[in-house]
Amino acid sequence: MQTVKKMQNSLNSMRPIRISKGWINAGRALIHIISIAWLSVVYLDALSGELPGDPVQYLLDFSGIGTLHLLIMSLLISPMAQTFKFGQLVRLRKTLGVYAAVYALFHLYVFIAYELQYEWLLIAEEIIKRPYITVGMLALSILSVLLITSLQAIKARMGTAWQKLHNWVYLATILGCIHFLWSVKSNWYEPTAYLITALILISLRRKKLQKIFK
Amino acid sequence: KTSELRFKKAPESVRPLTDESVASSYNNFYEFGTSKSDPKENAQSFVVDPWKLEVSGLVETPITLNYEDLFKRFELQERIYRLRCVEAWSMVIPWIGFTLAELLKAAKPLSSAKYVAFETLYSPEQMPGQRSRFTGGGVDYPYVEGLRLDEAMHDLTLMSVGMYGKTLPPQNGAPIRLVVPWKYGFKSIKSVVKIVLTDKEPPTTWNILAPDEYGFYANVNPKVDHPRWSQGRERRILGSGLNTQRRIDTQMFNGYSEVASLYSNMDLRRFY
Repeated sequence: MQTVKKMQNSLNSMRPIRISKGWINAGRALIHIISIAWLSVVYLDALSGELPGDPVQYLLDFSGIGTLHLLIMSLLISPMAQTFKFGQLVRLRKTLGVYAAVYALFHLYVFIAYELQYEWLLIAEEIIKRPYITVGMLALSILSVLLITSLQAIKARMGTAWQKLHNWVYLATILGCIHFLWSVKSNWYEPTAYLITALILISLRRKKLQKIFK
Repeated sequence: KTSELRFKKAPESVRPLTDESVASSYNNFYEFGTSKSDPKENAQSFVVDPWKLEVSGLVETPITLNYEDLFKRFELQERIYRLRCVEAWSMVIPWIGFTLAELLKAAKPLSSAKYVAFETLYSPEQMPGQRSRFTGGGVDYPYVEGLRLDEAMHDLTLMSVGMYGKTLPPQNGAPIRLVVPWKYGFKSIKSVVKIVLTDKEPPTTWNILAPDEYGFYANVNPKVDHPRWSQGRERRILGSGLNTQRRIDTQMFNGYSEVASLYSNMDLRRFY
């Protein structure tokens, strides 16, 4: 307890961090480059048969876990900005969210194009009949709406409603983790770790959530 | 690490095969990790020689085969089988081995024997998945499987010691594994050390783990869905490229209709 107090005191006495706008733009560019390059390289490797084992499973795992990583990183931004008094970090949040949605859409594309190979009837049946896929589709639908409304023109027009809408990302993250947990055959530990991480990050926003539900 | 084998070749007609590199790099073998690529990565130093395979229980003459016996005691033959995983993907693999019937007959089952129980090696120092529930997918090791005696004696039921002309790679269940082509892949237990004839239905690993998802019989059946996905069709994996894969209908008993008479009086919805 003593050490926690001490840490808090030293953080409180910390000076806010400010960097030039150029650095923030560079950070954002880095997110663009890494997210796009990583996905492209893996997809091209899959097409040319250079991934180990079954490329479909590999792509599903890669894009699914990638989505969760991006969501968790985006949820980490505001607690980090508060703790380190580094408000500019928040400007990276939307970019991370955009790629979370892009990876999730790619995940669905792999499922439709390569796992079930455009058997639409079966695809529709699976989405309705299998609860873990239903939950995944719900998460993906939320992320898609958030992706579209992230366009600057739409965002500007929405005003304060934008933030309200984008609070749905908490639900999408939890649904995404449940989708992962529900999809595995027996190794529950990894998905459970993601779910717990997401719950912790969301619980840091208790006050905000209480306001929403009041 | 693997070496060439001498065996009676299968007829050339059963093609195309899954690429050897794919069949040996995409494996469910939780003893070496739960991800499909883990077994190849973690199994390369697995010691298969010396090996001991015991056949015991309700038999007249218990047998122990050592490593050399696995390749010498019975004539080796090639069998090209479709392998249908419960996860709705499949491969075509040229196995080499001898029938389980030959092995069991050598031990002379007693008339009281009704079932056959199998057990994988338990060796946590070599198998990282057996060291903790975290790395081994929650399975209570050693992995166990079982067949009814008539299933075990069927001519299709193979004890495999090789594939693609060579001894088995460790990730595929070296030095000896079971292959039951009309059942989902998890029945085909790997790296077997014990075969015990019993009069009661033996416990089986996946059934213990999730009884509503995996039954004792686990016959390939397009009409009985897994609770979390359809079993009506499957993705046939042939090569490592994304576009080498085709979706095809899943066949009753994985297309091995000659086993249907084993289940003529059974409700296969109940005994899934």
